[in-house]
Amino acid sequence: MAGAKEIRSKIKSVQNTAKITKAMEMVAASKMRKAQDRMRASRPYAMKIRNVLAHLAQANPEYQHPYLKDRDEIKRVGYIVISTDRGLCGGLNTNMFKKVINEMADWDSQEVEVDVCAIGKKAAGFFGRFKCNLVAKADHLGDSPSMEDLIGTVKVMLDAYDEGKIDRLFLVHNIFVNTMTQTPDIHQLIPVRGEIDEELEHHWDYIYEPESKPIIDGLMLRFIESQVYQGLVENIASEMSARMIAMKSATDNAGELIKELQTIYNKARQAAITQEISEIVSGAAAV
Amino acid sequence: MHVDIVSAETEIYSGTVIECYAPAEMGEVGIHPRHAPMITKLKPGEVRVVLQDGEEHSFFVNGGILEVQPHVITVLSDTAIRAADIDEAAALEAKSRAEAAIADRKSDLDYARAKAELVEAIAKIETIKKLRKRG
Repeated sequence: MAGAKEIRSKIKSVQNTAKITKAMEMVAASKMRKAQDRMRASRPYAMKIRNVLAHLAQANPEYQHPYLKDRDEIKRVGYIVISTDRGLCGGLNTNMFKKVINEMADWDSQEVEVDVCAIGKKAAGFFGRFKCNLVAKADHLGDSPSMEDLIGTVKVMLDAYDEGKIDRLFLVHNIFVNTMTQTPDIHQLIPVRGEIDEELEHHWDYIYEPESKPIIDGLMLRFIESQVYQGLVENIASEMSARMIAMKSATDNAGELIKELQTIYNKARQAAITQEISEIVSGAAAV
Repeated sequence: MHVDIVSAETEIYSGTVIECYAPAEMGEVGIHPRHAPMITKLKPGEVRVVLQDGEEHSFFVNGGILEVQPHVITVLSDTAIRAADIDEAAALEAKSRAEAAIADRKSDLDYARAKAELVEAIAKIETIKKLRKRG
């Protein structure tokens, strides 16, 4: 029975792998639910503050915050890339990095340099190897990140913007559409871009109470914080569901593989028996 | 006009109202539809909205930012809860704790934090009292 033993041990090893992927799938599923709750909870705030900022970008305030002014000449841009800490989540990170690299190539052709701030181990690893300027990184933020862990990293980029080292700052993360779909997204964080609202076209400004500068400064800080935080929690929710799907298909594949191997094993066994019988029969006939 | 009250944790209220009152830093403001655009900071206190049919809803915010557009009001609060959900006992306890901390202050930082806590606790208690008075 040549090969039967090997096939059996192969089945065993595939079964063990399936057990692991099954367990990872279940862990990801339970974490996904929590991550989704967190994401849904903070989504309204992030959306509303974005609306307010979009309005503000169209207003004509007497105090022009630097984050509201578009710079004419662009020499260097910054990217904050939010990735996962761990792998085994399908093409989630790879798709996002591809998109970033495409944009980088665009900037490169316009002779604009690119700075990268990596959040998450995968981004730090990838952009560390890649030929680009990695200025800051943060990883091991865990499944329930807090804003304080991010502030330092983000501040590096904000300071760079304030000092005029970079002229635009983009935020890159995965958007959680549903469990099956996550799309990588790049959007401009600063200068703030407002969608043009027809109703507000005319020249207008807010009434500020008590004064415009502290309010706008506070609002900006809040805005950046909430956007980066939202990006992070969306990315975590995406990570968990992508991992769940990846592990589910791995488990399914393992099941199919076991079935195939089992058939091969049965055939080999059958062939061995048939051979043995024919040997006995021909041996008996010879006597 | 449309009012959205959101906190960093969740969306508290979203709906159409005819009046909205909020604790702006310079004093309470009442907003009716077609108000001029305005942005102001909020201090801890009560945000109250009046619906078309006269029904009132009351919320507690512990500071934040208020944006007014002619037909849209957005309250970006740090934390917000429905006024009816305020835990009065906890608020009273927080108040006395903050007062004690102010009494034996060790550093300016402690003092500032205790003071902020005290303001918040008092605002919570005030909100409850107002709510009771209105029945």
